[in-house]
Amino acid sequence: MDATIIARYTTDGSSLREVWRTFRHSTAALLGAIILVLHLVVALAAPLLAPHSPTAINPELALAAPSWEHPFGNDRFGRDLLSRVLPGGRIALAISLAGAALSVVLGGFVGVMFGYLGGLADEAAMRIVDALISIPGLLLLLVIVTGLGSGYAVILLAMVLSYAPGVARVARAAAHEFVPRDFITAARARGESPLTVVMRELWPNVLDVLLVEFAMRASWIALAVSGLSFLGFGVNPPTPDWGLMIAENRSMLALAPWGVVFPILAIGSLVVALNLVADGIARALGLDRSR
Amino acid sequence: MNVPLLHVADLTIGYRTRDGMVRPVVRDVSLTIARGERLGIVGESGCGKSTLALALLGYLRPGGLVLGGVVRFDGLDLLRLAPPALQRLRGGRIALVPQNAGQSLTPSMPVGAQVAEVLAVHRGLGPASARARAVELLAGVRLPAPQLLARRYPHELSGGQQQRVAIAMALASEPELLVLDEPTTGLDVTTQAHVLDLLDDIGERTGAAMVYVSHDLGVIARASDRLAVMYAGEIVEGGSTRDLFAEQRHPYTRGLLTSALRLDRPVLPQAMPGQPPAPGFHGSGCAFAPRCAFADPICVAAPPALEVIGGDRLVRCHHWRRAATAETIELDPRPRHTRVNGAAPLIELHDVSVTYARRGTVAFLRRALGNPDPPPTVQAITLTLRRGATLALVGESGSGKSTIARAIAGLQPLHSGGLRLGGANLALPVQRRPVDMRRRVQLVFQNPDASLNPRHTVGEILERPQRLFFGLTRAECRTRSIALLEQMRLGAHYLDRFPGQLSGGEKQRVAIARAFAAEPEIILCDEVVSALDVSVQAAVLNLLAELQAERGVSYLFISHDLAVVRAIADQVAVLYQGRLCEIGSVAQVYTPPFHPYTASLLAAAPILTPGRRARAFDRDETPGGPPARGCPFYHRCPRRIEPACAVEDPPWRMVDEHHAIRCHLSLDQLAEPVAATPLSIALGETR
Amino acid sequence: MLNLITQRVVLSLVTLLIVSVIIFVSTEVLPGDVATAILGREASPARLAALREQLGLDRPAFDRYLEWLGGALRGEFGMSLARRNTAVGQLIAERLRNTVLLSAVAAATGLPLSLALGVIAGLLRDRVPDVLISTIALIGMSLPEFVIGSVLILTFGVLWALLPAVTVVPPDAPLDVLLPNLVLPAVTLIIVMVAYILRMVRSSLIEALASDYVQMATLKGLSRPRVVLLHALPNALLPTINAVALTVAWLIGGVVVVETVFNFPGIGRLMVTAVEDRDLPLVQALGLLGAALYIAINLGADLLTLWLSPRLRARLLQM
Repeated sequence: MDATIIARYTTDGSSLREVWRTFRHSTAALLGAIILVLHLVVALAAPLLAPHSPTAINPELALAAPSWEHPFGNDRFGRDLLSRVLPGGRIALAISLAGAALSVVLGGFVGVMFGYLGGLADEAAMRIVDALISIPGLLLLLVIVTGLGSGYAVILLAMVLSYAPGVARVARAAAHEFVPRDFITAARARGESPLTVVMRELWPNVLDVLLVEFAMRASWIALAVSGLSFLGFGVNPPTPDWGLMIAENRSMLALAPWGVVFPILAIGSLVVALNLVADGIARALGLDRSR
Repeated sequence: MNVPLLHVADLTIGYRTRDGMVRPVVRDVSLTIARGERLGIVGESGCGKSTLALALLGYLRPGGLVLGGVVRFDGLDLLRLAPPALQRLRGGRIALVPQNAGQSLTPSMPVGAQVAEVLAVHRGLGPASARARAVELLAGVRLPAPQLLARRYPHELSGGQQQRVAIAMALASEPELLVLDEPTTGLDVTTQAHVLDLLDDIGERTGAAMVYVSHDLGVIARASDRLAVMYAGEIVEGGSTRDLFAEQRHPYTRGLLTSALRLDRPVLPQAMPGQPPAPGFHGSGCAFAPRCAFADPICVAAPPALEVIGGDRLVRCHHWRRAATAETIELDPRPRHTRVNGAAPLIELHDVSVTYARRGTVAFLRRALGNPDPPPTVQAITLTLRRGATLALVGESGSGKSTIARAIAGLQPLHSGGLRLGGANLALPVQRRPVDMRRRVQLVFQNPDASLNPRHTVGEILERPQRLFFGLTRAECRTRSIALLEQMRLGAHYLDRFPGQLSGGEKQRVAIARAFAAEPEIILCDEVVSALDVSVQAAVLNLLAELQAERGVSYLFISHDLAVVRAIADQVAVLYQGRLCEIGSVAQVYTPPFHPYTASLLAAAPILTPGRRARAFDRDETPGGPPARGCPFYHRCPRRIEPACAVEDPPWRMVDEHHAIRCHLSLDQLAEPVAATPLSIALGETR
Repeated sequence: MLNLITQRVVLSLVTLLIVSVIIFVSTEVLPGDVATAILGREASPARLAALREQLGLDRPAFDRYLEWLGGALRGEFGMSLARRNTAVGQLIAERLRNTVLLSAVAAATGLPLSLALGVIAGLLRDRVPDVLISTIALIGMSLPEFVIGSVLILTFGVLWALLPAVTVVPPDAPLDVLLPNLVLPAVTLIIVMVAYILRMVRSSLIEALASDYVQMATLKGLSRPRVVLLHALPNALLPTINAVALTVAWLIGGVVVVETVFNFPGIGRLMVTAVEDRDLPLVQALGLLGAALYIAINLGADLLTLWLSPRLRARLLQM
């Protein structure tokens, strides 16, 4: 008997409350949560916070260094960088949150359902899941973008197709841990339908794993969206977007590093925050992140 | 031998929990062990005995802290010893036989190498001689074909074999002190008897002192000369094993022995109330006070000290004098046989076979290639369970007991044979059974941790069957749930709790309540008390008996524990590898004539009498699966007849109308006593 | 055992077949077909119809899929749409060497590095070296590849000018000309890869160190190095083989961005060009190739794990 067993004796059963209790003891996780909330607030309130228009061109200020008037400096069109950085995460953030949520709900459901059903249906479903996983990251996104053209809806769809299969694998493995337990046998012996077993008995138990997946996938999607924008298949200019800004201002890196530094800090802090939160939840749940 | 080999003084060990608090789980423990002595430490789960056992090797689990005290081994202070010195001691002069050998052997290393390693490190043997000696050691713990076995990986061995490898590993360096942490827990009774025999033998041969930690009173009674009883981290009573079993001074020890199920008594013992506190969570006074019949304000106010009460007897109780002289209530065996034959049949199995053989492509290919199907897992089972009665299925792991229960529940399809519930066909998979038929058959499982959904409250758990089977509203469910909980001796306040907040016994009561919520006619009880602490088992069994008397429900009671079965069942069916060996009323099965397998089981079961030894007299072989023909027990049977037993299916021999034995031996031969000492104890009716 | 291997290989082939369907469906069956891709969205319906007939696009999708698949099996992916006179196969062949070289250098350097760092971090859990390594890893996996690449270019290409900032050599440049151009892209890949793998190695080792068998090995009186090397590590590293394979396979996707950042003439850069040009045959071929590589690496890891783990082998053989 050791500390974890004592913890088991003292657990109060309600998962979220318990997760929060451990979570807030971790400085790193708390820091991640605060940064994440800041990002959300800034993204929502960007139009109110931005001192200038993000798209107003001002040739006189081209590549101007940071100043009181323009704290982040200006890009080569003289656009105010602060006003561009503030809303620059809106699209990436929106797509990453929506994409992660859809991936977790769809992938989670498919994974748990087939994990419970097993047999041939499971075999077939897992082949399709494997096939989607097998087209490495950006390649699948690019293939879909080629077929369907770029656009936020297509990018969202592509993200879900890329990341939901991974979630399905994880959810299936998590479900497998519970399927042999007696409370599932009890439900089957009551004659519950597979849908009831999945939704009522299994889903609440895999929810914590899915929570970690959500934070993780959100961070990956944020990276992927910025990658797409960087390649020119994501957000279209002149809309402010960090990935796009880095691509645009990269050639002036030596001359006007501020054009790249601030977007990098912005996207870096967002992804670090998402990772810290994911780590924090995983640790609070006693889950291992490296599945 | 005035200088003890090991001396523990005022040892207190705590763990730092996640919320940053330190919880003491071993408190003020003092012990001495002389050379060659066998000390038993007995206690329920969470009493700190494993933490104590590891501390005897100077080891603390991560998060553990020594809050005070010393552990001295031959003058060396183990808790303050420098790591190199500690390394020489561990596995050298002090060795551990761990609780779960399966998990304690390194999966990626052949077992021979794991034994040889100890020899290389502690004895300085070279690779070749270490390997040779390792094989000798494996042979010494009676492992078959040690030469070959040494090259195997842990997962390729059976549980009993893994345990023997762990013992060989501990013996490799010829230690002076052997610490055994629940070394036979999780093994079948006959395997356990073999391992205990081996340990006795080793004790005599090597003269090593042994500390034997267990929750099992029967095992402790046999494996120790002196005994310490632990409760909530403290030693509450100590003395010679013989004295302690004869006369208990502490109310807890007394309760433990009174509530223990005994093979030699066909009664349900009086249960001890309450449950042990969670480790590290005890009140300021006596930790046992909340469960104690003698508790008064003094007990709650001040913790009692460990008193020496003559000789080497120790007790930690304010009122041990009163406790020691109090009367024990002798229980009358309840009359049971009467119920067996009169009532109408409820569940009838006729020649049932179940097979786990795979369907689909692989199986088809296998058959196409001319490989015959393996024999069914469960075969030719014919049983009748009558209304209001309890039929026990007894056997070791792999005997097919649970498979039969799953078949009755409709979770496992029948391969052949008939299954009826009150005359109606029950041989349907669960999803094709009418709702009412599903309601009439309910299940209770072994592991209370796994049988309740950890994310549902007790209220939600109890509500589901009521809504499903009776279509009750939420409010109606609540009223009925409260009534159910009260019947289970749990209050209405349990409704909003999660399983994680309940103890094992409480969880099992909730699981029973869930089964009764459906108002079933039969409950399939699969090892329902074997995961519970000794002091809680009796309470749950008493509850089941009461509910049966009130509601006339029938139980199919699956257990490996012969003492439990003797206490609760009306009829017993003994199974080996999915085949029936013997069937009859409790009184009949526990008296001669016996099936050789029944006799083995009875002989191997631990007995609560120090000095009397349970004995393994069957052979120590584990066949892979049931044979296609012949007697399934053939491989292990000490009385087998060649070649009949190997090739011919044994005939059913009828002792009388209700008692039948399936064996090639005649009834007269079966009635002969085989292993006089243990069996006569096992068979002795109430004193 | 042979059965198990056959089974794995067959499953991999089935997966690859499904991949081909996915790629074909998402590029050709969905709206926006090849004709539109070539002529643009404003083209007149008549011209579109004519081109469709010319390209055989008016035939049923299933027939076209079979034809495409048949070609793919023979290694023929047709002609590039953007570069009319070049076969897709040739375009890929010119650049495949460079990408394989880049990935191989990154993997060969990154794997030992991440194993070493992961083991150090796992052994010294929560102490200074671990906190340092874990923090850097967290930042490494939180920055997009193009950011890391840009920073490297700025530092080593522009400020110090030690290495070429972007590649200007042709795809078929001889190795000695190519090699200096390979350093920065490889370092970028290594940084991201090491960040992922070391985290996995670390947590796998921590889990093994907390196991009963490591406790038992300690209580047998074995020295710490012996416990770690012989008891903990073999069991800790086994599950990471698959994770490593996943990460190596990720390199295939990662090169797309990295090659673009450095203008490195590999198939990743080619993919971006192909998507820009809506060069469908080329995109399809590259997608299939990427998936095939991924599946092959995974298969290799599976078989390696099977070979190294007697326990897993036994469990699978029982099934």
